[in-house]
Amino acid sequence: MSLLEVKNLQVRVEEREILHGLTLTVNAGEVHAIMGPNGSGKSTLSHVIAGKPGYEVTGGEILFKGEDLLAMPPDERAAKGVFLAFQYPVEIPGVATMTFLRTALNAQRKARGEGEYSTPDFLKKVREVASSLNIPQDMLRRGVNVGFSGGEKKRNEVLQMALFQPSLCILDEMDSGLDIDALRVAADGVNALRTPERAMVVITHYQRLLDYIVPDIVHVMSKGRVVKSGGKELALELEASGYAQFEDAA
Amino acid sequence: MPAVQETVDRVRRVDVDQYRYGFETLIESDKAPKGLSEDTVRFISAKKSEPAWMLEWRLEAYRRWLTMTEPAWARVEYPKIDYQDLYYYAAPKPKKQVSSLDEIDPEILKTYEKLGIPLREVAMLEGVEPRPGEADTARRKIAVDAVFDSVSVATTFKEELMKAGVIFMPISEAIREHPDLVKQYLGSVVPTSDNFFATLNSAVFSDGSFVYVPPGVRCPMELSTYFRINERNTGQFERTLIIADKGAYVSYLEGCTAPQRDENQLHAAVVELVALDDAEIKYSTVQNWYPGNSEGVGGIYNFVTKRGDCRGDNAKISWTQVETGSAITWKYPSCILRGDNSRGEFYSIAISNGYQQVDSGTKMIHLGRNTTSRIISKGIAAGKSQNTYRGLVTAHRKATGARNFTACDSLLIGDQCGAHTVPYVEAKNSSALFEHEATTSKISEDVLFYCIQRGLSQEEAVGLVVNGFVKDVLQQLPMEFAVEAQKLISISLEGSVG
Ligand SMILES: Nc1ncnc2c1ncn2[C@@H]1O[C@H](COP(=O)(O)OP(=O)(O)OP(=O)(O)O)[C@@H](O)[C@H]1O
Ligand SMILES: [Mg+2]
Repeated sequence: MSLLEVKNLQVRVEEREILHGLTLTVNAGEVHAIMGPNGSGKSTLSHVIAGKPGYEVTGGEILFKGEDLLAMPPDERAAKGVFLAFQYPVEIPGVATMTFLRTALNAQRKARGEGEYSTPDFLKKVREVASSLNIPQDMLRRGVNVGFSGGEKKRNEVLQMALFQPSLCILDEMDSGLDIDALRVAADGVNALRTPERAMVVITHYQRLLDYIVPDIVHVMSKGRVVKSGGKELALELEASGYAQFEDAA
Repeated sequence: MPAVQETVDRVRRVDVDQYRYGFETLIESDKAPKGLSEDTVRFISAKKSEPAWMLEWRLEAYRRWLTMTEPAWARVEYPKIDYQDLYYYAAPKPKKQVSSLDEIDPEILKTYEKLGIPLREVAMLEGVEPRPGEADTARRKIAVDAVFDSVSVATTFKEELMKAGVIFMPISEAIREHPDLVKQYLGSVVPTSDNFFATLNSAVFSDGSFVYVPPGVRCPMELSTYFRINERNTGQFERTLIIADKGAYVSYLEGCTAPQRDENQLHAAVVELVALDDAEIKYSTVQNWYPGNSEGVGGIYNFVTKRGDCRGDNAKISWTQVETGSAITWKYPSCILRGDNSRGEFYSIAISNGYQQVDSGTKMIHLGRNTTSRIISKGIAAGKSQNTYRGLVTAHRKATGARNFTACDSLLIGDQCGAHTVPYVEAKNSSALFEHEATTSKISEDVLFYCIQRGLSQEEAVGLVVNGFVKDVLQQLPMEFAVEAQKLISISLEGSVG
């Protein structure tokens, strides 16, 4: 059984079809990269997997660990191990990052029937992960993403991923807005989470990220479909020749 | 379905119906005959064994009240109140004369236990994380005065406070035991003729708290009063008077709940604060009267006059309120900044859901020189509720160097509620500096989804975002109340009970 199976997925937003029969299979332990031009539907796919409201699924299905993912409310998907690192992480004024992390982690644990973390255990864990990502402690006391730089917001996403230990991580343009050093730190954080049980779907426009997070499989998306899949060399090919060659295939 | 829509639907279902404090205590009570007349006033005064001057004071207020009309300027609508159809006094019938807590009707003790209010003299809230820089909380004490319908049933830590020279007792007792202090200050901030509801209160008030902190004394513990309306068709008219003498400091907390009932119940309180030179009073309220059900039936009509007088130089009065209950809230805790360099503060969180109507705000009256005031108001409207901030900031001709900063933020959950901001500003001298900021926003769908993607339920997400929105004000509350208020905020918007 694959970890994630997206079969012939059709999705509409406000009466307009965005995904026209998308198929994607991800096995545990694999890292997949999805590349594709602006507006091809990459973020839409990630949102539908995570269960963001506002999308109408008109055909196809998504199985996660063999279960019907589309039948689950989004918080249940999170508790079952679906994590989306957002392309544009939002700010939550007045809610300290530490409080947010703790509330979220305990909500997930509760949904799984696990006990809450004790305060010292939790603090220790967060501090460990934060320092490995070069996230200063005072950032954890500030409101979630409030006044964070673009790079800090992205690192905060990786921090959450490391803390929640999800089995499927979808990273939507994690590299946008990161300088080269920050990119390396974030990528190291992601690589540290690569295990045989966990899979990652890395959405990006740039080959550069894939030098740091080396994918097993690369997919090209165009106009709401996966139009080509291949090994990591496919990314290099795209970097050289662009998406034009795939536009017709779509 | 977009997240916001879902939230709205859930909030709509919520309520209000799931009011946690809606139970009723079955005890016998001793009531005044229904209706209001001079006889009612005499009855109440006699019940309290009041001196003649007090009865006279009440009767004067009553006669005055007969000439007054109910105010109609607030943005609230309610059917006409029949003042003759109410009971003005109800007291739990004592099994015998009570001289210690052990003799209080166990039913009443149980009520307060259910409400989570310690009437036994124990330090409360062990295990609460102390704020940075704050001493160990496990040993913090709070003195409680509990008012059940019309009478005070227990005041804790009275003796310990007495040692520090602090007087904390039911006002009915203070009238008998400290008549000079009461005579000097009662009605000196809110005169008996002040407004319809305050005048009514002056005629029929039954109990409430009295606090006097002598010069130079820092009250050794938080003082608090819990008001509970239990009886049917009974108005509650409590009266609180707090005096901080020169250089004194006191922090006072007030909490309120009522059973769930189909009929509306009237609550018209008066609170007067007096701060002399260099004194400081911090007054916090968590108001959670029954708000009515999801159809808008029942709930408390809360018409309250609260006013503080910075009577001396460098005096400071700070109001903090968390208003989540009541069908109607009509409440404007105000500060008269009479002394030079005195300071007034108003921090408010007002949440309305269901059919609740809130018209609340403050008045900052700058009379002295170099007086400053600060107003931070957070209104959250959900369901079909209406939430109005009404504020007045004035500077007298002699109030040179007066400064005010006002920030009013409103958050809307759903599209059937309303938030309104009505600020009045009046500066009669050119050196006054008044700043006003206001924002109104809708709860963001993207922010909610972000939280939900991290495992929070829809309701938890709304609770978290709203708690973040009101954080500036929550921080002003004493810690014990901050914890309670945070829970209350989530509950009043969620419907997840207990
Ligand atoms: N809420 C929405 N309402 C209307 N159109 C939408 C909405 N969300 C997405 N779309 C449209 O769907 C298409 C795919 O958008 P999507 O964000 O998935 O693209 P993307 O591949 O992630 O692009 P980018 O590389 O720029 O991030 C776009 O044409 C976009 O305008
Ligand atoms: Mg995108």
